[in-house]
Amino acid sequence: MSSLRFALAKLLKGKINAGNFNRFAVRSVANVQSSYQDEKTFDKILIANRGEIACRVMRTCKEMGIATVAVHSEADANAVHTLMADEAVCVGPAPSAQSYLNIPVILDAIKSTGSQAVHPGYGFLSENKLFAKALAENDVAFIGPDTFAIDAMGDKIKSKVIAYESGVNTIPGYNGVVADADEAVKIAQDIGYPVMIKASAGGGGKGMRIAWNEKETRDGFRFSSQEAASSFGDDRLLIEKFIDNPRHIEVQVIADSQGNTLWLNERECSIQRRNQKVVEEAPSTFLDAETRRAMGEQAVTLAKAVQYKSSGTVEFLVDSKKNFYFLEMNTRLQVEHPVTELITGVDLVREMIRVAAGHPLSISQKDVGINGWAIECRVYAEDPYKSFGLPSIGRLKRYVEPTHMDNVRVDSGVVEGSDISIYYDPMISKLVTYGQNREEALALMCSALDSYVIRGVTHNVPLCHEVLRHPKFVQGDISTKFLEEVYPDGFRGKQLTPSEHLQLSAVACSFYARQQFGNRLFLNQTRTAQHSDDVKQWDVRVTLNDESHDATVTKLPDSYKVTIGDASLVVSSDWNLTSPTQSVSVDGCTPFTVQCIDATPTGNFIIQYQGTLFDIDVLREDAARMQEFMPKKVEEDQSSVLRSPMPGSVLTISCKVGDEVAVGQEVCVIEAMKMQNSLTAARDGKVKAIHCKTGDSIGEGDLIIELE
Amino acid sequence: MQPVILMQEHFVHNMCLNQNNLRKTSKLGQKMLGHVCRHQCLSNLLRNPVAHTRCSYQSTLPIKDNIKEKRKRAMLGGGQHRIDAQHKRGKLTARERINLLLDKGSFIEYDMFVEQRCTDFGMDSDENKFAGDSVVTGHGFIFGRPAYIFSQDFTVFGGSLSSAHAQKICKVMDQAMLVGAPVIGLNDSGGARIQEGVESLAGYADIFQRNVMSSGVVPQISMIMGPCAGGAVYSPALTDFTFMVKNTSYLFITGRDVVKSVTNEDVTAEELGGAKTHTTLSGVAHGAFEDDVDALMRLREFYNFLPLSNQDQAPVMATEDSKDRLCPALDTLIPMESTKAYDMLDVIHSLADNRSFWEIMPDYAKNIVVGFARMNGRTVGFVGNQPKFASGCLDINASVKGARFVRFCDCFNIPLVTLVDVPGFLPGTAQEHGGIIRHGAKLLYAYAEATVPKITVITRKAYGGAYDVMSSKHLRGDVNYAWPTAEVAVMGAKGAVQIIFRGKENQAAHEAEYIEKFANPYPAAIRGYVDDIIEPQITRVRLCRDLELLQGKKLSNPAKKHANIPL
Repeated sequence: MSSLRFALAKLLKGKINAGNFNRFAVRSVANVQSSYQDEKTFDKILIANRGEIACRVMRTCKEMGIATVAVHSEADANAVHTLMADEAVCVGPAPSAQSYLNIPVILDAIKSTGSQAVHPGYGFLSENKLFAKALAENDVAFIGPDTFAIDAMGDKIKSKVIAYESGVNTIPGYNGVVADADEAVKIAQDIGYPVMIKASAGGGGKGMRIAWNEKETRDGFRFSSQEAASSFGDDRLLIEKFIDNPRHIEVQVIADSQGNTLWLNERECSIQRRNQKVVEEAPSTFLDAETRRAMGEQAVTLAKAVQYKSSGTVEFLVDSKKNFYFLEMNTRLQVEHPVTELITGVDLVREMIRVAAGHPLSISQKDVGINGWAIECRVYAEDPYKSFGLPSIGRLKRYVEPTHMDNVRVDSGVVEGSDISIYYDPMISKLVTYGQNREEALALMCSALDSYVIRGVTHNVPLCHEVLRHPKFVQGDISTKFLEEVYPDGFRGKQLTPSEHLQLSAVACSFYARQQFGNRLFLNQTRTAQHSDDVKQWDVRVTLNDESHDATVTKLPDSYKVTIGDASLVVSSDWNLTSPTQSVSVDGCTPFTVQCIDATPTGNFIIQYQGTLFDIDVLREDAARMQEFMPKKVEEDQSSVLRSPMPGSVLTISCKVGDEVAVGQEVCVIEAMKMQNSLTAARDGKVKAIHCKTGDSIGEGDLIIELE
Repeated sequence: MQPVILMQEHFVHNMCLNQNNLRKTSKLGQKMLGHVCRHQCLSNLLRNPVAHTRCSYQSTLPIKDNIKEKRKRAMLGGGQHRIDAQHKRGKLTARERINLLLDKGSFIEYDMFVEQRCTDFGMDSDENKFAGDSVVTGHGFIFGRPAYIFSQDFTVFGGSLSSAHAQKICKVMDQAMLVGAPVIGLNDSGGARIQEGVESLAGYADIFQRNVMSSGVVPQISMIMGPCAGGAVYSPALTDFTFMVKNTSYLFITGRDVVKSVTNEDVTAEELGGAKTHTTLSGVAHGAFEDDVDALMRLREFYNFLPLSNQDQAPVMATEDSKDRLCPALDTLIPMESTKAYDMLDVIHSLADNRSFWEIMPDYAKNIVVGFARMNGRTVGFVGNQPKFASGCLDINASVKGARFVRFCDCFNIPLVTLVDVPGFLPGTAQEHGGIIRHGAKLLYAYAEATVPKITVITRKAYGGAYDVMSSKHLRGDVNYAWPTAEVAVMGAKGAVQIIFRGKENQAAHEAEYIEKFANPYPAAIRGYVDDIIEPQITRVRLCRDLELLQGKKLSNPAKKHANIPL
């Protein structure tokens, strides 16, 4: 077993090192790298994290010649970060509370491996002052700010007070812990609706609710405190004025122990769903140089106020008049740090390690510029058609990152065959593209998404793609409400224009013809009908989005001519339906990439086109006619059954068999990926059966409750 | 003698008439027979002035019209209203089915003019004569390869089997044997033509006998697309594959009324013998499809996996999927804990060309997975234990399912790839009393007897007798691989230690020792029982190479009348 592990580790390492991340790293820090090559930092660093961020940190460690130690749960024994590290220590079973959050075991791992420093990544123990303190007591360097700054900024109430006192713009709100729902309502009324209820210890949108009235305040209070308790072990909440239509723009700061504190420009992170970021970019289209400097300087002021050292982020809400308000400070490396790295050329992890070792920053404020444009999509294993993204789980049966493209960076901690489990964050990767300007970076992102092969889990590429192509986004006209405003009825995927509809139909028809042609290519059968492989024309009916058209496909030497109605299109391609992506060109125009996800012999094609999956039926014309006699599938009446929209575990069931429930009444709460999701009855009725109980693990689509 | 001469001439051109037609057509008289033949070989007629002069136009014209009329009527089967009724049931007609199954325009029909010959119960009246009777027979092409076909016509007497009906089927079956091409039956029949009595039963038996004679010579496929009841069910049962259409097809020996009167069980036809019953409970059917169109389209695809006969090679198709493709996903598939399940289908999908796998009996005995895929274009039969269900153990149903599939592949020159992760045979009184010994022996027998290329990959567990059974080296496995996760042992560590160190202390330490000794591929590799230990990701590359090499494999069993598999 151990020899296998070793072989695997070697293999994976080779792959990751060969990725084009290095190219970026070299390009971006070329100016500073050489001069600090011999600088002494640490011999060995333990990375107290998992997934992409653990891999990200290890890459820089490897470049700096520092040995790496991974910690992993039992479920992650074969994970990429585990295999990538020079040493790996198992710290407990799958649930994070027993492994990645288990401080004593991680301390043991540090001791047993002789690690001199710990990089906490983001999440988990990154903002845990107890952990930082324990490290300090053991004389192990914490690659992050010191306990004081974590303590001061980690608590949202304290941080607001400090910000306010340092002269940083803050949002009106209640600077104290809210005792109960009644008090929450009272405070909310004082501040004025809408209000934001959030976990005092929170981050990443967990334990955060917006309330527009008293009922929502009460509900929000309950959910937020439960979520806060389960996510952070701290159920304290605070309430503040909710700024309508704001942008979320944050400033990256970095500081050393010599008192140098720099701001590294902003990141625009307004595209969010449920207060979690989806698309980020740097710089922001919205800021002028003056606002940028003002925000940067306030961020530096705040950092200095808490004697900040290491990398940190000061988050601001910016209203339409470019007023900005301090939101919170994250005392860690942010998920979206790559966009800053790409435009500033600074390797933040390298600077963090250097600073932790006591070195001054390798750059000064005048070295920090904005060079080009970078966009990041967080690619999640989630279903974007349900509330812009409900978690999905599964195994990456096929997985190819678009790293063959120049100026594309993929930060991930998975490879083909990896599991996206219910235990951890469902993020698959961060796909980052860089361009000389925004248009370039945007166009590259669209192509990169088209070529990104993810099979086995539902993912949010359709949503990313649509956002990037939306005229409002393209113009930079965005706010944190973007998704709700642009898709008021929920995300529905790409809407085809008539010409795209025609084009896509033609592509499916040509794939069909190619498949039919291939079905006659026997290499060893002698008794075949004469000229059987000479079949060159197919009459079909193509159905896309409930629209059916008769079509004729004719084989040309290297292409297929598809005639649909009056239109005649010539589709050319590499015709390799086995390959996960297909490059196709219609009527000789610029080729684009589609992914033929599935092709059944009954002519059902699932094609990913501009991010969205389209279900297209291409049926022989005679079979299509016969299809009319086939019995129609009866759809289950969805209103009388409640199915789990995602995999997770049943937290509570708030009804029992025989109860009368009203439409909209909460009947069940499912916890998935640390988020609590309230499920409500779709109509009035009497509960006929309950198919699960509290604590059960359930899969997506599993039956929970039936109504009579 | 003129008719006979004409017959010969006709036979040369069309190869479609036999004694039956001769007998039938001779009733119509000498002249008419001549015209029938002429009409069918119209081009010949125009080119052959000698033949032309043999009859006059005056007598030809009405007969030509008559033939036209009969053809037209034959096309309508039992009449438009019955066709409409068939459609209303969500079913296609016999001819519509043939047209969908076969390449466009490739169907050549036999015996369109055959009629039933019953004289009792008023069956000899004109309105009871239907051209072609209740079955449509002939041949055509599926993706360019020949197939013989019969399609029962429910619109004519409910598709019931008359002696004429049986004779039509027997004719295509006989010719399929001569030619060496598969026979596909599309079943949609209420049962025996009761009016004919024993003649109908004789008809069934004639078909059964041919099913058995054809078995192992040409592939036989039955698609049940309507009722198939009583003795009729034994023809599909004798064929290699029985597929069903969901909601519209039924297979049972006795109908629900008889069941009610004999055993007092209230049961619906669907419960008694619907597609779900036979694909999940009884194991009678090998697969079920959504509807007629789905079934026929998928059958076309399925057909491409099969050789035309036992004298033909299994097809090799051009493929874009490289034989050198690595499967990195396989490296992390086997869970760290050896008790945790994974999906053997993931292994097969990764290995197969285009990730495409045609699973046989996907819903029955799910602890074993069998089906067809292609490796570098070549048809391969995959057999794999499925850890996802019952830990992948072998039980009665799994053994029988596996054995039947292995034997089919062996009959028809289809190489076998066996993926082993088997903790052993399922224990328990249900299994022992049910005869796991003799049923398990079937799978053992099938593997031991098979002479086609046999490649085995032990992915994880290969315990006990089940290790031997699953295409082990000892059963003439050609190439046997182990993944680094393989454990070949008599049993799991816990059980073994309890026996070896019975009553001794320190069981845990002994267990650890046993695991170290046996929970790895070395004991088998040291002895040459596995040929190599390979990284999972390279499995496809190796299998493709081996299959190419083993193409030349020549192995035969001792001459015998036939072997005696433990039934």
